[in-house]
Amino acid sequence: MRNAAALFALGLLAVMPASPALAYKVYVSNEKGNSVSVLDSDSMEVIKTIKVGQRPRGITISKDGKFLYVCASDDDTIEIIDTSSYEIVGTLPSGPDPELFVLSPDGKRLYVANEDDNLVTVIDLEKRSVITEIPVGVEPEGMGVSPDGKTVVNTSETTNMAHFIDVEAHEITNNVLVDSRPRFAEFKQDGSEVWVTAEIGGTVSVIDTKTHTIKKKIGFEIPGLAKEAIQPVGVRITKDGKKAFVALGPANRVAEIDGDTYEVKRYILVGQRVWQLAFTPDEKYVIATNGNSNDVTFIDVQSGEPVKSTPVGELPWGVVVQPQ
Amino acid sequence: MLVIVLGLLALLGLAAGPAAAFADEVKEVRIAYVHTLERGRITLSVLDQPPADLGLAGLRVGINDNNTTGRFLKQGFLLEDVPLKPGEDPVPVVERLAASGTHFIVTDLPAADLLKLADAALGKEMLVFNAGALDDSLREQDCRANVIHTAPTYTMLADGLAQYLVWKQWRNWFLVTGSHPADKLWGDALRRSAERFGAKIVAEKEFADTGGARQSDTGHAQVQRQMPVFTQDVPDYDVLVAADRSEVFGTYLPYRTWLPRPVAGSAGLMPSSWHPSFEGWGAAQIQNRFEKAAHRRMLSEDMQAWTAVRMIGEGATRTQSVALKDIEAYIKAPEFSIAAFKGQKVTLRDWNLQLRQPVLLGDGRSVVSISPQEGFLHEFSELDTLGIDRPETSCKLQ
Repeated sequence: MRNAAALFALGLLAVMPASPALAYKVYVSNEKGNSVSVLDSDSMEVIKTIKVGQRPRGITISKDGKFLYVCASDDDTIEIIDTSSYEIVGTLPSGPDPELFVLSPDGKRLYVANEDDNLVTVIDLEKRSVITEIPVGVEPEGMGVSPDGKTVVNTSETTNMAHFIDVEAHEITNNVLVDSRPRFAEFKQDGSEVWVTAEIGGTVSVIDTKTHTIKKKIGFEIPGLAKEAIQPVGVRITKDGKKAFVALGPANRVAEIDGDTYEVKRYILVGQRVWQLAFTPDEKYVIATNGNSNDVTFIDVQSGEPVKSTPVGELPWGVVVQPQ
Repeated sequence: MLVIVLGLLALLGLAAGPAAAFADEVKEVRIAYVHTLERGRITLSVLDQPPADLGLAGLRVGINDNNTTGRFLKQGFLLEDVPLKPGEDPVPVVERLAASGTHFIVTDLPAADLLKLADAALGKEMLVFNAGALDDSLREQDCRANVIHTAPTYTMLADGLAQYLVWKQWRNWFLVTGSHPADKLWGDALRRSAERFGAKIVAEKEFADTGGARQSDTGHAQVQRQMPVFTQDVPDYDVLVAADRSEVFGTYLPYRTWLPRPVAGSAGLMPSSWHPSFEGWGAAQIQNRFEKAAHRRMLSEDMQAWTAVRMIGEGATRTQSVALKDIEAYIKAPEFSIAAFKGQKVTLRDWNLQLRQPVLLGDGRSVVSISPQEGFLHEFSELDTLGIDRPETSCKLQ
């Protein structure tokens, strides 16, 4: 049924450029609420709330959209949720306190940051087993994967490095020192750069993936706000690499950055303590999780305007949208 | 008596003899922890007994953290524990450490001993971190250019508490101070804070230490009768603020006051640089790491020591050098900052080398609030609403 509806909508799009956006399901993990809120990207309303394990944070979805993976941090596990029944259908051996992870481009592996053990755990999704563990710096958190799937970048929050990991060899090849408390790593789709946020340092380091050097350090200034309140966390970059969005934590804003010039174009006011971001597959919206105001904000990517804020569960943390 | 703590040597796959050094290519940083061995002092509650490895456990976790990062840079960190007997002269220790190539000393010493140590270290290639003493004098008239303070001061703690009490509209205080010198310093700081933030001390009493055992078999019966009588006959007040650093009466106050009023200061709601239950701002990670290593919860002295070691580690990482002059210059530079699970970067006050930091307010079970409170503004940093600020300082660093 859903496929038919999607096809119908696609058909409409082809003939009517000004047609409404496609409806995608948006999944938000609520850290304090122990739940995942499901929203419809068209109505921007919550359509379902799924009860999950303790302290859900990192959240991602299988390439076919059938399974949702949620880090239940305080249960030391990753829960697998069937997106058609909204039932928890299994768990993955995550190692202790899983917080953030990233799916390999082929959808077969999950790379998990285990903060307590200074490890990155590689999980085979089909076998639901651990392939290997890679020692990294103190408090691994951010996880990015290159579009070709060959490199994983992990950030360690106390060591303050971006560790480049060769996926085949399961070895660190390069360490790039960045500013304090790196929280997130995001590759450009052409694989040329990886952007790393530093929450306490207040910057984004743009790392050249060929030379493994920082080619640009992006800073932020918001009139009337103390510098300490600007704490970059989540980053998303459009497929064409032209626009980047950075969530600025207690600054309650998302920065829009020119992907070529690295210039901050605007600060978009969202809710309180904004941490993570996700695009809809058509890149019409980027959705921001506002932890302290218990809502998510839909931002229009084209105009950079906030369109709507929708209340979700308690302390929304991560967000993922179903694939195309 | 020296104990070399080997940190991650074994993990690093290096030879670990009693005087082990890292392999040739690994550059080492030696850190000594000099502290007075007065652990196990008697407290009113047995739950407040300081653990034997107070502070030291924080250093060990910091050393492990530095060594994990050091793996990527071929830097290794070594810890030497140097306990002093109360009253023992720290000068020979400084001489010996200097001769053995130790450039960094982290201390938890009484103010007078710390000054002796700092003055002995002057002119040697050494930098001292005060991770224990709260005395404002060490940051004011007795400040030293070779001493960095990761411990907060009495005035910082008092201001953090006062901001919250004022925010709660508990402006009328009944101040009870102990009769020991440390109690008086703490009482002075609280008095200053009251004036600074618009609270009023409507009554004040001294609780004299008349000696005697802290615990006795039926002591509770006497305490139950003694404390209401002691807190009687004062004008009405909103909150009783106790200054009892010496563990003579503070713990006995809550639930026993003549009027039903909350207690703060040295009992009830207490300000501190850290709290064993605090898990916000990513702190769950350091708490878990600490508990795994030390088999107990992390206390303020542990956090202050951890922060000192992390500052040294951060300096070594950022400058890619283990030389004292490079690390010291990095830490003392105006742009220096470090992440220490305090919700924002913590930095040094350049006028007295005091670490700016938020103050946690806890009741023994959980964190009730964190100061600075919203609305207490400052032209430079809101953290400078805590403690003696630049315009008031009497410190002349040299």
